[in-house]
Amino acid sequence: MMLDPASWDALRLSLLVACTATIMALPIALWVAWLLARGQFRGKALLSALVHLPLVLPPVVTGYLLLIGFGRAGPIGKFLYEVFGITLAFRWTGAVLAAVIMGFPLMVRAMRLAIEAVDPKLEQAAATLGARPISVFATVTLPLIIPGILAGSVMGFAKAIGEFGATITFVANIPGQTQTLPSAIYSFLQVPGGEDRAIALVLWACVIALTAVALSEWLAQRVAKHIRGIENDT
Amino acid sequence: MSLDLQITKTQGNFTLDVAFTAPIGVTAVFGRSGAGKTTLINAIAGLIQPDAGHITLNQTPLFDSTKRINTPAYQRRMGYVFQDARLFPHMDVTQNLRFGLRHAPAGATGPSLDEVADLLGLTPLLNRRPTDLSGGEKQRVALGRALLSRPEMLLMDEPLAALDGQRKERILPYLERLKSGAAGLPILYVSHALEEVARLADQLVILSKGKVAAAGSIFDVLADPAVAPLVGVRQAGAVLQATVTEHGADGISTLHLKAGTIELPGVAAPIGNRVRLHVLAQDIILSRERPEGLSSVNILRVTIKNIRIGDGPGAAISLDAAGDQLLARVTARAVQDLNLTEGQSCFAIIKATSIAASSIGR
Repeated sequence: MMLDPASWDALRLSLLVACTATIMALPIALWVAWLLARGQFRGKALLSALVHLPLVLPPVVTGYLLLIGFGRAGPIGKFLYEVFGITLAFRWTGAVLAAVIMGFPLMVRAMRLAIEAVDPKLEQAAATLGARPISVFATVTLPLIIPGILAGSVMGFAKAIGEFGATITFVANIPGQTQTLPSAIYSFLQVPGGEDRAIALVLWACVIALTAVALSEWLAQRVAKHIRGIENDT
Repeated sequence: MSLDLQITKTQGNFTLDVAFTAPIGVTAVFGRSGAGKTTLINAIAGLIQPDAGHITLNQTPLFDSTKRINTPAYQRRMGYVFQDARLFPHMDVTQNLRFGLRHAPAGATGPSLDEVADLLGLTPLLNRRPTDLSGGEKQRVALGRALLSRPEMLLMDEPLAALDGQRKERILPYLERLKSGAAGLPILYVSHALEEVARLADQLVILSKGKVAAAGSIFDVLADPAVAPLVGVRQAGAVLQATVTEHGADGISTLHLKAGTIELPGVAAPIGNRVRLHVLAQDIILSRERPEGLSSVNILRVTIKNIRIGDGPGAAISLDAAGDQLLARVTARAVQDLNLTEGQSCFAIIKATSIAASSIGR
């Protein structure tokens, strides 16, 4: 499907934002998922509520809150700019932040369910064999939750590709700079005769989504087989 | 080398309140379900924290509520064999065994992976996955994995409970070999099967409703009339040690006891071997006179040590057979009719077929 330069830019930017956001969110999501699944501490319910907040808030509200907090004049944005020279608002990096925040609950949820499905008795057995908690996680828990991590990553990636409300509120819709795939489709539909360009991008969105799901299914099956030991591929 | 503990732990309306010492050798913890066996073993392993008390292994405190010591499980060096094996499903047998080895403290010595695999008959299974193993094979791998973590003590929580009789028979010899091989390790063996306990244990601790109801050498505890109701009157019976002296052509073997010889069928141990006999109390008949013309030839001269009249119609009587201890169960009426008294000499008749083959351990 042929695309004009503006559409290419939007597609490329969306892929860049989604990949960066997924990779950055992955370790934090895994840590939070582990805390929620296995941790026993005060404020667990609060953490859970906070993580899930972007799921229930209108995305525009999340975007506006990001703008207040991370804008050049906002408390966190000001700090980041003055200390590290980092600007998030109206930049593609801000789109990454919005994608991380919006995809985070979905990633945490999938990973938390996977961790909860691991029998704690196996982790206890590992501990009695002399494995420290970090080692238990790395050698027992982690290999068993790889399908969950993959599922969570695909969810996060898909959310990042599709994120619109928070992104457009936080970083606007500047072609070539912050115009992601959904923002571009939205823009094309605002001008007469833009339907063809929109449809081309819609098709690309479908291709990306299907590829991501198929890839993760394939990987998850390989991992599951490996865990169950049906396939002896060493 | 020993484990010494005194702990209390309350969970809901159940309280575990126990104190005992487990020396080198097998200390069996016997009790019905709900007696607190698993709570006890998990507290020793460090998987649950007692409310108060202390747990000391070889003079090293693992838990002490007054000194606020609570060593985490991964530093306790307890080789724990769980009832459900708990092999890591994403690793093959070799990797499971290596897991123990890899996390053993630096400098700790012990048998190599090959030696453990050989001892437990795991060599043909090394490349298999846990899903491809039978229950008995899983338990052997779990035992090997625990041994390779170089433990200072072994904890075994009903390792045979999930296995049927035949599989049990196949794994018991490995446990017996381990007992004679891994010298210098205290082994805590939790079980609700008196057969296994009678066969393996050196020391016996009987738990009842969270408390120690009896403790001591297996020979003393199982010969104690007061213990009979705790283990169940049908299962009650003393453990004897005998030496195999002859295998007859008709399948009957002769075994030597301190008080004489007895003849039993189905003894597999070679001549000269020491075997254990679990003689059920209900299979002993007492007679004031040496009986004549009986089909059983297993007649021992014994002295009555202690008579305990139970709540029901039964009475448990401990007997001394030239230093060996026996436990007999007769009716309270028989005690009266025969005029049995403590210190009296009489004859015990043991039915040969009453000793099940499975209770003839090495």
